[in-house]
Amino acid sequence: MSILNRFLGRLLSSMIVLIGVSMLIFFIARIIPGDPARIALGPRATEEQVTQMRETLNLNEPIIVQYGLFMRDLARGDLGISLYSNRPVITDLAEYLPATLELVLFAGVMMVAFGLPLGALSARYRGQWPDSLIRVITLLTVSAPAFVWAVGLVLVFAYFTPLFPITGRISDAMTIPHVTGFLLIDTLAAGRFDGFLSAIHHLILPAFALSLSGIGQAARLTRANMITTYEQPAIEMAQAYGFSEARIANRFAFKPSLIPSLTIIGLDFAALLGNAFLVEVIFAWPGLSRYGVGVILQKDLNAIVGTVLIISATFLIANIIVDFLVSILNPRIRLSENRS
Amino acid sequence: MKRAIYILLSNPLSILGLVLVGLVFFCAAFADFIAPYPEHAGAVINFAFANKPPSAEYLLGTDVVGRDLLSRIIYAYQVALGMGLVVLLIAPPIGVALGLIAGYIGGWTDFVLMRITDIFLSIPPLVLALAIMGVMEPTLINAMLAVTAMWWPWYARLVYNITRGEKVEGYVLAAEVIGASKAHIMFREILPNCFPAIVTKMTLDFGYVILIASSLSFLGLGVQAPTPDLGSMVSEGTRYLPDSWWMTVFPGLAIMIAVFGFNLVGDVLRDVLEPD
Repeated sequence: MSILNRFLGRLLSSMIVLIGVSMLIFFIARIIPGDPARIALGPRATEEQVTQMRETLNLNEPIIVQYGLFMRDLARGDLGISLYSNRPVITDLAEYLPATLELVLFAGVMMVAFGLPLGALSARYRGQWPDSLIRVITLLTVSAPAFVWAVGLVLVFAYFTPLFPITGRISDAMTIPHVTGFLLIDTLAAGRFDGFLSAIHHLILPAFALSLSGIGQAARLTRANMITTYEQPAIEMAQAYGFSEARIANRFAFKPSLIPSLTIIGLDFAALLGNAFLVEVIFAWPGLSRYGVGVILQKDLNAIVGTVLIISATFLIANIIVDFLVSILNPRIRLSENRS
Repeated sequence: MKRAIYILLSNPLSILGLVLVGLVFFCAAFADFIAPYPEHAGAVINFAFANKPPSAEYLLGTDVVGRDLLSRIIYAYQVALGMGLVVLLIAPPIGVALGLIAGYIGGWTDFVLMRITDIFLSIPPLVLALAIMGVMEPTLINAMLAVTAMWWPWYARLVYNITRGEKVEGYVLAAEVIGASKAHIMFREILPNCFPAIVTKMTLDFGYVILIASSLSFLGLGVQAPTPDLGSMVSEGTRYLPDSWWMTVFPGLAIMIAVFGFNLVGDVLRDVLEPD
């Protein structure tokens, strides 16, 4: 199967899953809570207002028809109006998603940059003290929720030793024209290198707090994969040839283990997206979290459905990208492409 | 089994894990006897002693309304373990049954059941629980339901994969040839071979359920005041950082101790029960 076919296949199955997600979340939002019109209007609304609201929300139609109408609007990019902000849900999402994505992507990079080398080191010294040490550390990192790490890091590196800012995305004194909403891109586009540095400075603590458990996961996984590779005859052959341990670790054990590790790390992206909610609260990060928690507390059904959909879509897209990268990295898939 | 216990008891890490898990269960079981101020688990207000740093009288300090943090943490373990027990009593049986059926029967049953599982798995874990809590009232029971809803698909996936592998083994074919019923083959022949993986996952998951539950209540969507809960305690405390650091640090450490304990035990258990 060529890379393109593989890619299209993944895209198609992801679309089907996303439609499934939309059904699931739509039905959760319609079935569980009682009367959505009553919830939208609050307890003080009159019967008449509720009846009218039921009419505008199409609540008198059978649920299948309601879902059909919802999908029709969704196809036009319309997720309804948020009761929380009184704006179209899609506008809200477009405003808050970039900040969250920037944080999550930065955390994802940290996860790979720290997790893979740690795991490789652990496997290289398997059974010796560096391995035990790394195993305990990585087990610790996955043992606390992201908000606990966030609190710990803020206390140590922002309050007690003021190395990093406590809250926000960029220094208050700077105003960067809004283009993409990604500050790392917008600052560069505006030629503001100081702004770029400030944005990175603000990103480091929250992204590290967010990535810590992912670093642990990635390291444990890389270790496990590498140890499996170490048991293969190729390693013994390399040892017999007299390659140095470092060279064997890097070239013969780490590289073949990279592909399965990357695939699973793509799945860990889901945890990053979910945990971003926790980290954003601590750092007053103006992302989807504040909005998400706000709409949940307000029982703003349109916005809840929209938020879950956009997060799931992001997760599925991330996995397609990882799958694509893996198929480029994987010689078996890459070479079969050239041969055909 | 004997070998598993022997290895658990000969590895210093798993001993530490067992000690931590034991400590947490002990706190939860005997909260009434060991908590220095049992009445502080409720809505007690004691402004004279509000916001006190750790001292001989209040070992871990007090919160904003003057309740002893140590006592509240001890009682919060009851809530956390209760949550873990309920979720792990409901979610694994559902997931295991569906995974067995999908994996063994195959065909359309497989396709439909596993696509439903995929749908649940493609909503990031915390987000699904948040969405469910969003449309329901934030109570302990609903929080348990929300976490259960996000948990069963992982067991379905796990058991499905094992079942697919076991299905073609000789012992299954033998049972089929002598005319054993499908139910017998699934639950009597294949299921026992899934147990090591299930037990390992449940041990690790006990910690993760505590972690997710505390995350929900941290966001204000789980257990409600005055029930003591580790996540809500951290959340309350963050407003008084950095001066009253003990209000966030100790409940945070309490979560970590419990989850770390389960992780240590689960990790060693995995090495023993699933040697590959």
